[in-house]
Amino acid sequence: MKLAQNLFEPAISQISAEHINRPSTTMMQDAWRRFTLNKLAMAGLVTLAGLIIFAFIGPFIIKYNYYSNDLMNTYLPPSWIHPFGTDALGRDSMARLMYGGRVSLAIGFVSVLINLSIGVFYGGISGYFGGRIDNVMMRIIDIIYSVPDLLYVILLMVVMGKGGLLNIMIVLGIVNWMGMARIVRGQILALREQEYVLAARTLGASTARLMLKHLIPNALGPIIITSALAIPSAIFMEAFLSFIGIGIQPPFASWGSLAADGRLNIPSYPYALFFPAAAIAITMLAFNFVGDGLRDAFDPKMRK
Amino acid sequence: MAKYLLQRIASAVLVLWIVVSLTFVLMHSIPGGPFSREKQVPEAVLKNLEARYHTNDPLTKQYIDYMVNVAQFNLGPTFRYEGRTVNDLIKDGLPKTATIGFLATIFALGGGLLLGSIAALWHNKTPDAVATFIATIGISVPSFVMATFLQYYLGYKLGLFPPVGWNEGAWRNLVLPSLALGAFPIAQITRLMRTSMLDVLNQDYIRTAKSKGLPGYVIIGRHAMRNALLPIITYLGPFFAYILTGNFVVEFVFGIPGIGQFFVTSITNRDYSTIMGMTVLFCSLLVVFNLLVDIAYTFIDPRIKLTSQKGA
Repeated sequence: MKLAQNLFEPAISQISAEHINRPSTTMMQDAWRRFTLNKLAMAGLVTLAGLIIFAFIGPFIIKYNYYSNDLMNTYLPPSWIHPFGTDALGRDSMARLMYGGRVSLAIGFVSVLINLSIGVFYGGISGYFGGRIDNVMMRIIDIIYSVPDLLYVILLMVVMGKGGLLNIMIVLGIVNWMGMARIVRGQILALREQEYVLAARTLGASTARLMLKHLIPNALGPIIITSALAIPSAIFMEAFLSFIGIGIQPPFASWGSLAADGRLNIPSYPYALFFPAAAIAITMLAFNFVGDGLRDAFDPKMRK
Repeated sequence: MAKYLLQRIASAVLVLWIVVSLTFVLMHSIPGGPFSREKQVPEAVLKNLEARYHTNDPLTKQYIDYMVNVAQFNLGPTFRYEGRTVNDLIKDGLPKTATIGFLATIFALGGGLLLGSIAALWHNKTPDAVATFIATIGISVPSFVMATFLQYYLGYKLGLFPPVGWNEGAWRNLVLPSLALGAFPIAQITRLMRTSMLDVLNQDYIRTAKSKGLPGYVIIGRHAMRNALLPIITYLGPFFAYILTGNFVVEFVFGIPGIGQFFVTSITNRDYSTIMGMTVLFCSLLVVFNLLVDIAYTFIDPRIKLTSQKGA
C-alpha cells in the first residue's frame, strides 16, 4: 500500500488556541460601550450637546445681539418676539443667555483644562518619585486645602484685575487643581508598582516615556471623571464671582452674571432670574449625570 | 494620642503661619491702598493716616509687627470702620454667623442622613426618587439663586417667614438663611449617604443580623447606619469649609450682620487688617474642624488608629 507522503506531515493548526477571534477592544471603547448603555448619562450628554449648540450656534440664528439697548422695551415678559423677555436695558434675554452660555461653558472647560494640566503634572511627579518628594508635595497641598478656596479666588481676582474672561479662567484653574493632583498621585503611586512598569523600566524606558505611555494612560479613567465633575463646580464658582461683582463685567454676560442681575428685581420680574438659573441648573445636572455615567463606565466594579 | 495631638497642633500653627504670610504678600501686591478713594484725600491727611495705621513702615516691619500681634490674638484696627478693631468685628459678627452655620449644619446633616437612608432603604421606589430629586435640586442651583428663591417664595409671596433681617436672632428670621445655607450640603450628604447605605445593606453582616431575627430598627440603627456614616465623616471637612464661606452669600441676601460680609468687602476695600483677620479666623476654624473630624473617626470606627502602630 502506498501512502501519500503528505499524510505524514505533522498537523499544524492554522489557528492557535490562544487566538482571539474578535478584534480587541481598547479601554476607551469598552468604557464608551458601557457609557452608551447608561440612559441617564446619555441623556446628560445629549443635553450638553444641546446646550453647546444653543450657546455657540444659537447666536447665528437669532436676530438679536447681546448688547443693543432698546430702552422703550425694558423688562418685557416672555413673548413670541422675545421668547425669554428683555432685561433692564431692553436687551433680548435669549440672546444674552446664549452669549452668557458661551462664556460660562468656556470658563468651565478652559479652567478645568488648566486645573487638569497642573494637577496631572504635580500629582504625576509626586506619585512617581514617592518618598520624601511625595511627602513634601502632599504637605503643600494639605496647606492649600486648609484655606477656604473662595478667599483665594477673591484675592487672586482682585490681584489680577477683575472681570477679564481669561483672568477668571486662570484663577479658577489655579485654585482647583489640588483635588486632581491628589487623585493622580494616588493612581500613579499604585500603578508604578505594577509588573509592566518594571518590564518597561528593564527595557530602558525613560521616565518621560514611562509617565506618558504607561502611567498616565492607565490613570485616565479617574482623571476624566474628576474633570467632568470639576467643570460644573467651575461654572458655579464663576456664578459666585459674578454675584459678588468681580466676575464677568457688562456688557458681556455669563449665566452667573445674568442670574445675579436678575436677582435684583425679583419681586417685579421673576423671569429675569428664572431663565439663567434654569440654564445653570440644567448644565449642572447634565454634567453630574455624565460624570456619574463616566464613573460607572470606567470603573465597572463600582456598579452593583 | 497626646503626642498625635501635639503634632497636629504644631503643624496647624505652621499652616496658619504660611497662609497668613501668603495672604500678606498677595494683599500687598494688589494695586491701590486702603486710603485710595475716588475722592483724592489731601496729602497731609494721607500722611497722618498712614502714620497712624503704620502703612508707611517698610513691609518687613509691618509683617513682623502683624505676626507678633496675631500671636497675641490681636488682629489690629480696621481701616474702614473708624475706631473699631478686627476683634470687635469678629466679636459682634461671629455669634450670628455661627448661629446660622450651626442651624444649617443640623439641617443638612439631619436631613441628609435621613433622606439618604430613606432613599437606600426604598431603593428604586418612590421615596428614593423623591429624595434623589431633592438632592439633585440642591446641587444644581447656585446658593445665591437658592437663597433668592427661598426669600421670594417662602418669605415674600407666602409670607411664612420674614424675608430679610436679623431681628435679634428671632427664630423666624433664622429659618430661611439656614435652609439656604444647608441646601447644597444636604444634597451632597444625601447622595453620599444613599450610596454608602446601599453598599452597607448588601454586606454579609446585615444578612446575618436579619437571619438572627433582629428587629429592623436595630439592624438599621446599630449595624447599617454606623458603618454607612464613615464616608460622611470624610465629607465633613469640606462641608465645614462650605458652611464658613457659603455664609457670605446667605448673609448678604438675607441682610444678616455676621462676619461673612467682611470676607468680600474687606478685599475690595483694601482693608488689610480685616482681610488678614478673616483669613486667620477662617483658617483656624477650618484647621480645628479638620482635627475634630479626624478624632471623630476613631470614635465611630474603632478600626482606625490615629497613631501608626508598629507592625500594623
